[in-house]
Amino acid sequence: MSEAASSVETESSSDAPLRIVLAKIGFDGHDRGLRVVARILRDAGCEVIYLGLRQTNEDIVSVAEQEDADCIGLSMHNAGHMTLAPKMVEALRAAELDIPVVVGGIIPESDIEPLKKAGVAAILGPGASAEEVGRTVRDVVNARA
Amino acid sequence: MRQSNKIKHRNSDIGELFERATSGERRAVGRLLSIVEGGGAPADQVARLGHPLVGRAHVIGITGPPGAGKSTLVGKLVSEAEKAGKRPAVLAVDPSSPLTGGAILGDRVRIDANNVNTFIRSVATRGHSGGLALSVPGSVRVFDASGFDPVIVETVGVGQVEVDVTATADTTVVVANPGTGDAVQANKAGLLEVADIFVVNKSDHSGANDVRRDLEIMLDLSHATGAEDVAGGRAPIVMTNSLDGDGIAELWTTITEHYEHLVESDRLVGRRSHRLKTEVRSRLLTGLEGMADHLLAQRFEALRRASDESTAPSELSEQLLVELFAGPNVDD
Ligand SMILES: Nc1nc2c(ncn2[C@@H]2O[C@H](COP(=O)(O)OP(=O)(O)OP(=O)(O)O)[C@@H](O)[C@H]2O)c(=O)[nH]1
Ligand SMILES: [Mg+2]
Repeated sequence: MSEAASSVETESSSDAPLRIVLAKIGFDGHDRGLRVVARILRDAGCEVIYLGLRQTNEDIVSVAEQEDADCIGLSMHNAGHMTLAPKMVEALRAAELDIPVVVGGIIPESDIEPLKKAGVAAILGPGASAEEVGRTVRDVVNARA
Repeated sequence: MRQSNKIKHRNSDIGELFERATSGERRAVGRLLSIVEGGGAPADQVARLGHPLVGRAHVIGITGPPGAGKSTLVGKLVSEAEKAGKRPAVLAVDPSSPLTGGAILGDRVRIDANNVNTFIRSVATRGHSGGLALSVPGSVRVFDASGFDPVIVETVGVGQVEVDVTATADTTVVVANPGTGDAVQANKAGLLEVADIFVVNKSDHSGANDVRRDLEIMLDLSHATGAEDVAGGRAPIVMTNSLDGDGIAELWTTITEHYEHLVESDRLVGRRSHRLKTEVRSRLLTGLEGMADHLLAQRFEALRRASDESTAPSELSEQLLVELFAGPNVDD
């Protein structure tokens, strides 16, 4: 074999795309917002496992295992984030899954600190750019590593 | 960029993951699949550990044009499999965006399995479908070794690699439907030759019978030309409605009978060895491609300077090929 043959790259790629499970919990209406977020995440270079509406915490935990998710994105365009997001964090902890939860949607300023205290890794407003979304997700994932 | 504990896999970790996966821990299966998708030496280690354990799963490929109803159909099929007491796994392949490398993997929500025993993994093509040729067989191996059966692979029947990875299944199902993918289009994409079973989905739509008739005509043709014998017999056609489940039980029976027939007629051995050969070929090509790139980076400029304007590309590649296979002591 020539020199070329002996030095062929065999390392696993460390820049594998982040895998994000994206869902909306609870019973609220449509998934238009969620689809927009999915596209933003794709454009930020993420692999989005799209779950759509009306997911339960148990569903999401199970999917996160199967998909080996790096991060869980919850879209919240209705009230309810103050109970639903902490419950998601709790369900992951109970399953001993160390996966950060990012909440996106219209979240009042005053709710941000309590959500973070409850274990939500980051909150993204509706106007976040693809860069901002990508950076935030990378940061929260790296913070867990 | 990725969680570091996911990329640094010592061999002992992989061995431990395998033990957990084969004893039924889904999280370990999920992690092994990520290692396979990452490629390189860790993926090879997974292949080495998994290979002695495989051969038990019935591998089913499902392909067809975009939107034909493949995922919805797969969801109904895994329900049938679970009813039969099986533990199915699904590998659902979706294309990545060529621009960003990102992807929206939407098959899972269509498969919509309320099937607690089914393991579903969404896969992106990661920009280059060549990677699929390595990762899909690797992921199927992880499922098989972990005791899942059947293992269903869904791909969109557009790219050659996508069609190829489905075609190496034990049973390949081609889904056509009225509207999007008429039989003629399927023919162009090379889907007809790989089909063991045809499904005309969306049988509730008018035009489904026309698709069936077109398929029958093409099958008559391959009967007349003898192509049918090469393929191992005339592929049956099943009409399904994946929304209300009409025809699904018949399809499941047809799929399992195809497999039983393979086993009884000893043709399974041939299929499996063809699958092995296809995977080895993909690995060879990937290795050769890496060697070619490396050689080009090292030698192309020097070679150009040493040759004159009139040296044709064919001569340059010829020279490089000689260097590649002549061994390390070639004079520069
Ligand atoms: N009327 C009717 N609609 C169907 C049937 N099967 C699937 N659909 C619909 O067809 C659309 C596409 O279904 P999918 O299962 O996502 O199709 P697919 O082939 O997996 O699509 P891709 O993975 O994107 O190529 C969805 O809106 C389904 O609800 C059927 O038998 N009848
Ligand atoms: Mg699909």
